[in-house]
Amino acid sequence: MSLVTPLNRVLGLGSAKGGVEHWWVQRVTAAALVLLGLWFACSIASLDDFAHATVVEWIREPATSVLLILTALTASYHSYLGVQVVLEDYVHEPGTKVVLLALSTFVHVAIAIASVFAVLRIALAVAP
Amino acid sequence: MHEADRPLSPHLSVYGWRITNTLSILHRATGLVLTLTAIGLAWWLLAVASGGERYEDAAALLRSGWMKLPLTAAAFCFFYHLANGIRHIVWDFGFGFDRRQIRLSGWTVVVFAVAATVIYASIAII
Repeated sequence: MSLVTPLNRVLGLGSAKGGVEHWWVQRVTAAALVLLGLWFACSIASLDDFAHATVVEWIREPATSVLLILTALTASYHSYLGVQVVLEDYVHEPGTKVVLLALSTFVHVAIAIASVFAVLRIALAVAP
Repeated sequence: MHEADRPLSPHLSVYGWRITNTLSILHRATGLVLTLTAIGLAWWLLAVASGGERYEDAAALLRSGWMKLPLTAAAFCFFYHLANGIRHIVWDFGFGFDRRQIRLSGWTVVVFAVAATVIYASIAII
C-alpha cells in the first residue's frame, strides 16, 4: 500500500516540491530574449547619438517603451533563474547560500522595478 | 550536526579543459557578466529618467575611452551567451550530441561571437 495521496502522485513533485518549471521558464525566457536582445542591440546601435533628447524621443515611442519593459522583465527573470543555479552549484555552505540567494532575489527585483519605473516615467511624462 | 566530508558536485578541478566544458563554464561566466550589464542598463535608464546633470554625468562616463573595453566585453558576453543559448535549446530538442557535431557547434558559436563582437563594436562602440 502506498502512503502517497493520488493527488501527489498525479502532480509528480516528490520531495523536491517542484517539477520542471524552473528548467522550462529558463528556456521560454531564453527564447524570448533571443528576439528581445537582438532588437535591443540593433535599436541602441542605430540611434544617431546619445544626446538626452534623442534617447528620450526613442524611449517615448510606444513600441520602444513596450519592448524595453518586456526586455527588462524577461532579462531580470532569466538572470534570476541563472544566478540561482550558479549559487546552488558553487556555494556549499548552507548559511552563505541562503543569504546570497536572498540577496540575488533583492537585486533582480530591484533591476526589474527600476527599469520599468524609469521607462514609464520617461514614456508617460508630459511632453516637454 | 556532522557535516559529511564527501565530495560535492560539480567537481570543477578534476577535469581537463576541453572545448565542451570550457564553453559550458563560459556560458555561466558570460551570463553573470550580463547580470551586471542588466544592472548597468537599469542605472542608465534611471539616469535618462532623471535627465539634466545626472544624465550628462552618465553619458560622459559611457563616452569615456576606458569604457570601450567593458562595453565591448559586454557585447561579447551578449553574443556568446545568445549563440550558445541557442546551441543549448537545440540540445534540448535532442539534436547535436554527436562528438563531432558538439565540437563543430561549439567552434561555430565561438567564431560567431568573436565576429559579431568585432562588427558590433566597430559600428556601435569604437
